[in-house]
Amino acid sequence: MNRRPVFLITMLCFGFAFFYIPILSMMVYSFNASRLATVWGGFSTKWYVSLLSNRQVLKAAVLSLQIAVVSATMATILGTMAGIALARFKRFRGRTLFSGLVTAPLVMPEVITGIASLMLFILMAEWIGWPSQRGFTTVTLAHITFSMVFVTTIIHSRLVQADEAIEEAAMDLGSRPWQVMKDITLPVISPAILSGWLLAFTISLDDVVITNFTTGPGTTTLPILIWSKVKLGVTPDINALATITVCIVGIGVAIAGWILNRGEKRRDRDAQLAYQANEG
Amino acid sequence: MPEPARAAAPAAVVKEPPFIRIEGVTKRFGTFTAVSDVTLEIQKGEIFSLLGGSGCGKTTLLRILAGFEDPTEGRIFIDGQDMTDLPPYERPVNMMFQSYALFPHMTVEKNVAYGLKHEDMTAAQRQARVREMLALVQLTEFSHRKPHQISGGQRQRVALARALAKQPKVLLLDEPLAALDKKLREHTQFELMEIQEKTGTTFVVVTHDQEEAMTLSSRLAVMDKGRIMQIGTANDVYEYPNSRFVAGFIGSINVLSATVREVKGDLARVDVPDLGDTVDARAIPGLAPGQEITLAVRPEKIALSRTRPEAANAFAGTVQSLAYFGKDSLYRIALPSGRVLSVNSVNARRVDETERVADWEDAVFLSFDPATAILLKD
Repeated sequence: MNRRPVFLITMLCFGFAFFYIPILSMMVYSFNASRLATVWGGFSTKWYVSLLSNRQVLKAAVLSLQIAVVSATMATILGTMAGIALARFKRFRGRTLFSGLVTAPLVMPEVITGIASLMLFILMAEWIGWPSQRGFTTVTLAHITFSMVFVTTIIHSRLVQADEAIEEAAMDLGSRPWQVMKDITLPVISPAILSGWLLAFTISLDDVVITNFTTGPGTTTLPILIWSKVKLGVTPDINALATITVCIVGIGVAIAGWILNRGEKRRDRDAQLAYQANEG
Repeated sequence: MPEPARAAAPAAVVKEPPFIRIEGVTKRFGTFTAVSDVTLEIQKGEIFSLLGGSGCGKTTLLRILAGFEDPTEGRIFIDGQDMTDLPPYERPVNMMFQSYALFPHMTVEKNVAYGLKHEDMTAAQRQARVREMLALVQLTEFSHRKPHQISGGQRQRVALARALAKQPKVLLLDEPLAALDKKLREHTQFELMEIQEKTGTTFVVVTHDQEEAMTLSSRLAVMDKGRIMQIGTANDVYEYPNSRFVAGFIGSINVLSATVREVKGDLARVDVPDLGDTVDARAIPGLAPGQEITLAVRPEKIALSRTRPEAANAFAGTVQSLAYFGKDSLYRIALPSGRVLSVNSVNARRVDETERVADWEDAVFLSFDPATAILLKD
């Protein structure tokens, strides 16, 4: 019975190798002195230096962050509203249709969403003269549209789990619906709102397809820049850029994990307190 | 255990206008009728229970009182005021939820204080009220804990303190003891009654637990399928049930079909085929000879003996099985007709296995006082 599960461990190793060897090799080759991506020419950090002095890359990075912050914030506001509507209003006219329409982008191919957004912007420019040209505004609007659904899903599932009675209790204690929202609902779902925002942020930050359809001249986001550079061959500075991105993401994940872990430890301690209180 | 003090029985305070008046209330959800034409009057200072199984409409009725559901028909009056169209946040009514519904992100103190922020009072008054409430439920030392940092029993008391903080005219309690374990439940029951007495608030309790309803309430209403089957004190409902449903729901009971033979003053003589004899029982109004009727006798009202007793209603039987519970024993007695009756006998003396009243397979006699036999029309 104490035979090692060789099969499981082998599969685990293969799995990890499949995930992480490409990333690792990319990180290693970002320190490659050689200009050729596949030939090792000694250790060097020159690609990082050249990257940081590359105005085009820096500009694209800043633009991407701006779009991601604005679209994530808007998507979180709209998505939270939709999630609350779906979770708390059990019966309203057109609820099924609303629910379907809100979640449809989840399964819609990105290419379709991209083309549709593009068509809309062109038609709008023709009929109402706005947006007069494609760029920051159109990309942001498109990102809001398709990242909102993820926020909606997160908020909705959080609210479905939460005890609806606490909102009723607040109302019973004299709060009007908007006060209940402010005092009870929003604080209770605030972790879900935060994770919804983070998800919308990352989705926007690395989107290529929809951005490609809705962007205009002079508006090049980081993923679009990388994409267009790779078309000319993988150069070590791309590796360096990707390595920086991986590091930032890694640190973010580590912080999120630390916060979650801390919460869990606190819960353990609280449970112990409650137990002692019970005994006492 | 001391006999619980009861709120003044309504019979003693009649002629006072009802404090809560539920008038012909019906609630339909689509084609399903949750509450069907309920009319009910509750006096000030009562602990009134709505008792029934799941889906009997008791919780819906409570939610109508709180304002969370609008009645399809009928009106609700509290203290003479029509509440029917008021939203929950404008009613002088507070509710203790079954799940307690404490605000997880607020401390015990903040939970209790929450309702007071809408009251017209100074910060000092507010604080004093919160302290008073926490002292009432003995939670002063836990005031800075969050709900998940205290035990289930303490949470229940926070919920109670929060609901009482606004000094509502009526406190609604939805299965207040259901989430507690048995020992804590008994203790909390007395605590609830004490608090009710101290504050004088009218309590309306929803429960599925008949024992809870009987000990807690001054009066109770037994509900089934959205209708009120009987309203009365615990004693009325237990000793004088008006239907087979109520008789069977409250406590256990032996039910036999019978036919009325004659009515003589207080007593009715009925034929009971399963007992193979006629039986005297307390008469109810409107009996006619030949009428089909139900005879019901509670297990503890039947006496068990080895020799034939000198009683009006006495029958022979055989012990089919017995269960020993310590304070009492439950016998299942088979009659010659094949019917089996439950008989409950209190073990007043210390009994050893060798000196039981009756043992398995013993021939015994059953008897009961005509006054304890219940006749039911439906």
